[in-house]
Amino acid sequence: TIFSAPVRACLLLVVVSVWVQQVDGVWPLPQQLDQSADRNSLSPQRFSFTYGRDSAAQTGCSVLDAAFKRYFSIIFPDFTKGSVSVKTRGCDGYPDEDSDESYNLSVSEGQAVLRSVTVWGALRGLESFSQLVYQDDYGSYFINKTEIVDFPRFAFRGLLLDTSRHYLPLHAILKTLDAMAYSKFNVFHWHIVDDPSFPYQSRTFPDLSNKGAFHPFTHVYTQSDVMRVIEHARMRGIRVIPEFDSPGHTQSWGKGQPNLLTPCYKGDVPSGSFGPVDPTVDTTYKFMESLLKEVKFVFPDSYVHLGGDEVSFACWQSNPNVRTFMEKMGFGKDFTKLESFYMERTSIVWQDVFDYHERIPQDTVLEIWKGETYQAELSRMTKAGHRVLLSAPWYINHISYGQDWRNSYAVQPQNFSGVWSKQKKLVIGGEVAMWGEYVDATNLNPRLWPRACAAAERLWSDEEKTLNADLAFPRLEKFRCELLRRGIQAEPLFVGHCKHEYDGL
Amino acid sequence: MYCLVKFAPLFLAVAVSNGWLFGDFVGKQKVLDEISLWPLPQKFQSSAVAFKLSPTRFQIVQAKQSSAGPSCSILENAFRRYFEYIFGDLKKPEKSRKKVYDSDLVELQVWVTSADPECDGFPSLQTDESYELSVDEPSAVLKAANVWGALRGLETFSQLVYEDDYGVNNINKTDISDFPRFAHRGILLDSYRHFLPLKVILANLEAMAMNKFNVFHWHIVDDHSFPYMSRTFPELSQKGAYHPFTHVYTPSDVKMVIEFARMRGIRVIPEFDTPGHTESWGTGIKDLLTPCYSGSSPSGTFGTVNPILNSSYDFMTQFFKEISTVFPDAYIHLGGDEVDFSCWESNPDIQKFMVQQGFGTDYSKLESFYIQRLLDIVAATKKGYMVWQEVFDNGVKLKDDTVVEVWMENKMEEELQNVTGAGFTTILSAPWYLDYISYGQDWQHYYKVEPLNFPGTDAQKKLVIGGEACLWGEYVDATNLTPRLWPRASAVAERLWSDKSVTDVDNAYNRLVQHRCRMVKRGIPAEPLFVGHCRQEYKGL
Repeated sequence: TIFSAPVRACLLLVVVSVWVQQVDGVWPLPQQLDQSADRNSLSPQRFSFTYGRDSAAQTGCSVLDAAFKRYFSIIFPDFTKGSVSVKTRGCDGYPDEDSDESYNLSVSEGQAVLRSVTVWGALRGLESFSQLVYQDDYGSYFINKTEIVDFPRFAFRGLLLDTSRHYLPLHAILKTLDAMAYSKFNVFHWHIVDDPSFPYQSRTFPDLSNKGAFHPFTHVYTQSDVMRVIEHARMRGIRVIPEFDSPGHTQSWGKGQPNLLTPCYKGDVPSGSFGPVDPTVDTTYKFMESLLKEVKFVFPDSYVHLGGDEVSFACWQSNPNVRTFMEKMGFGKDFTKLESFYMERTSIVWQDVFDYHERIPQDTVLEIWKGETYQAELSRMTKAGHRVLLSAPWYINHISYGQDWRNSYAVQPQNFSGVWSKQKKLVIGGEVAMWGEYVDATNLNPRLWPRACAAAERLWSDEEKTLNADLAFPRLEKFRCELLRRGIQAEPLFVGHCKHEYDGL
Repeated sequence: MYCLVKFAPLFLAVAVSNGWLFGDFVGKQKVLDEISLWPLPQKFQSSAVAFKLSPTRFQIVQAKQSSAGPSCSILENAFRRYFEYIFGDLKKPEKSRKKVYDSDLVELQVWVTSADPECDGFPSLQTDESYELSVDEPSAVLKAANVWGALRGLETFSQLVYEDDYGVNNINKTDISDFPRFAHRGILLDSYRHFLPLKVILANLEAMAMNKFNVFHWHIVDDHSFPYMSRTFPELSQKGAYHPFTHVYTPSDVKMVIEFARMRGIRVIPEFDTPGHTESWGTGIKDLLTPCYSGSSPSGTFGTVNPILNSSYDFMTQFFKEISTVFPDAYIHLGGDEVDFSCWESNPDIQKFMVQQGFGTDYSKLESFYIQRLLDIVAATKKGYMVWQEVFDNGVKLKDDTVVEVWMENKMEEELQNVTGAGFTTILSAPWYLDYISYGQDWQHYYKVEPLNFPGTDAQKKLVIGGEACLWGEYVDATNLTPRLWPRASAVAERLWSDKSVTDVDNAYNRLVQHRCRMVKRGIPAEPLFVGHCRQEYKGL
């Protein structure tokens, strides 16, 4: 990779007094954290981020230059001076599944040193650094002497937003990406289209959104919107993985693409309604090939999510052409045919595809979403040698009264029967899912945060050190107040208050 | 006037054939789409004849015969507010507004008929909120006895206006005669478990008016914090608030809430809950709370208000004297719920007092002793009071005009029967604790509640004067309050305003979807009911 040499950011500090101060820690908890009561004061006038002399990345590294600027104003919200400006392009890569996100942070008298292999690791370290800084009652900034060695437990730490059931305005997505970075999430799983609407504006098939979106102009994501999301995510070390779910969940596709969906029959005549994608005609595959070619071009990540869940067979069964086709071919639905169109890509599919025993390429990642039996499913899938993502216990669109973050927190993704060395390593991470039936811009943010933070810590931190929710509670409470201070509309965990309350509506 | 005469026979027909409303719509799908009234008026007749409204020509004016003149600021403000709801902020130029077209409907005349329009008054439990609205060329007429009815009618008028595909505002020929089913239609917000910034309270008062709610039950202080800044006892909030400056309601904040509510026909009823729920009071007022004992020595913790000291009653006398002048409403909510006896039981002085009074070990008698004295104190301020159901259950002697609030869902019907059987007026909040959230469309549960569904005589049923949707604050603050409350509370709003027969959930769903989009358009982040979209999505964040 481009960022093989260590990146170092030196932080110039001025040391003042030394007395014990309660430090509330970092969310998610770093792997190793040693803090002393020695505290150094930070002067917004004199503090700065600089690149280490031996750093491979230097001024001009867009990702870090922008991050310095961002974190300076996060740490010192009242000051606008002292930021680093972006002068040249550089550090133009994208984070991927192999990105090394580890970092070491050493805060001592006069300076702090952040070492990482890649810029992505530096971003994670900057986030931790920003969470270490606190203000006393007189508004002075302090940071305690600290040593952190940190790396993520899982490489894939995702969050799913659903922009089909309700359209989410661009700023709601960007805001979510900001908050994701604060919790060290690194994958935005964009469930961009589905039955209710098709807001993705395709360059190849503009009719898909012209006819399939809630509104062809106000409720779509243009190509430049998508670019903006991808770039905003990249700057925060977040991958964007789009999901184009088929053959089910495609009602909205049918509006702009005639003959794509299977006509359902009632007796001998078409009923006027349509089912999943019609798998019997060549036009379907030509269309899918072109669309996915575009998707591959637009979205730089090496993964794409192909869905494949909840296919209703009733319509296929009702259709005489489909029945004839099945007889002729001598098999059921051949999902692999669809998948073969982008063999050069790694694809993620929902567990249904595995459950129906379809032939699946070995490098396909399976995502578990069905709640009750996810441990057994983890065993089966990893035994079959597949890499697995867990989202079943993290469907946080399901709300209930009280502190349900504790349930998310109690999940143990590798607690299933299987061989450690082989099977458990195949769990590459997990995802928090916020499906959109009851969620739009009015309530998305408070419903996501801080509830998603529980999974963020489970996916990043050492499980042994973070299983006690009561111990995590005060740290999470503090973190949610920090989210408020940063303008994220994070809801309260329980009775209490923050110094800086949310001042929006 | 002309219009009203013309439609008088029609009203009669509507009143007789109850239930024609929905049946008739089935055949006229197009008209139904355009109807997004919430809560549904009592009597309503609309035709497919549509009139255009031009933002440059249309006006809302005081009718010549009206007893309210241009000096009636409550109406003048409402005219401006509703004009902006209908046409958007005219200061921001938009393409569609530059288009000048003729207005079929020239004006809405607002006609207040009583000699006293109550322009400078406050709404009360007895307020007549009925109105009649007739929309026809060239003028629409809104007729109400006082400004409060006029406010309700303005809201309805604004809900009748819809945009066609060209962005032009239309309104159908319509006649409405409307009045609330229940007089007390409240929202309870809790500003002590989490502090609610002023603008959150004001925004929710706006939303309340859009739903014809008329009582803001302000559960302003409680165990966790005391954000009410008292002039008489400033140490209450100095020591009892989460923060003495950033997390308090100053006298001018409170004044603003009351005035903002008044302008929307909403009463503000503050709740100062005692003798339990008072932990935060104790930090500012020494010796107010009972010292708890561990064995024979004080444990350092404190329980409920100390009912055996005269100083407690002296404090309450002064405190409620202030409250009665600050809050203009005729009622104060005195709480009286969930009194924990364990601290009283542990305290030797209290034990001694129990013996002296002959209470034995029945601490509910001690509670009644306290409440009785408190009620006398408040009665002396000439205020009426509301209490939670426990006060009634414990047999405290209550003034005849006391309103008992039923909040326990368990044996709710029995409680309503008992309270009304004893001749007290009551309001129901038990089925409407909106802080309990669950996945899916729980608004339907709130909608399906029938408040008068308990065994009792007609006279008893008349004593149920309304209900309240409660959003307690354990898990709610400025970040999530508004989307959690709306449109779920709207279900309660329609139950309390509309006729008993309005119970069709599917019909309600279609109207409520549009009503929530309207709230969103007006800047209220009301959450979605289900999959779908609004023409104008929420722009905040």
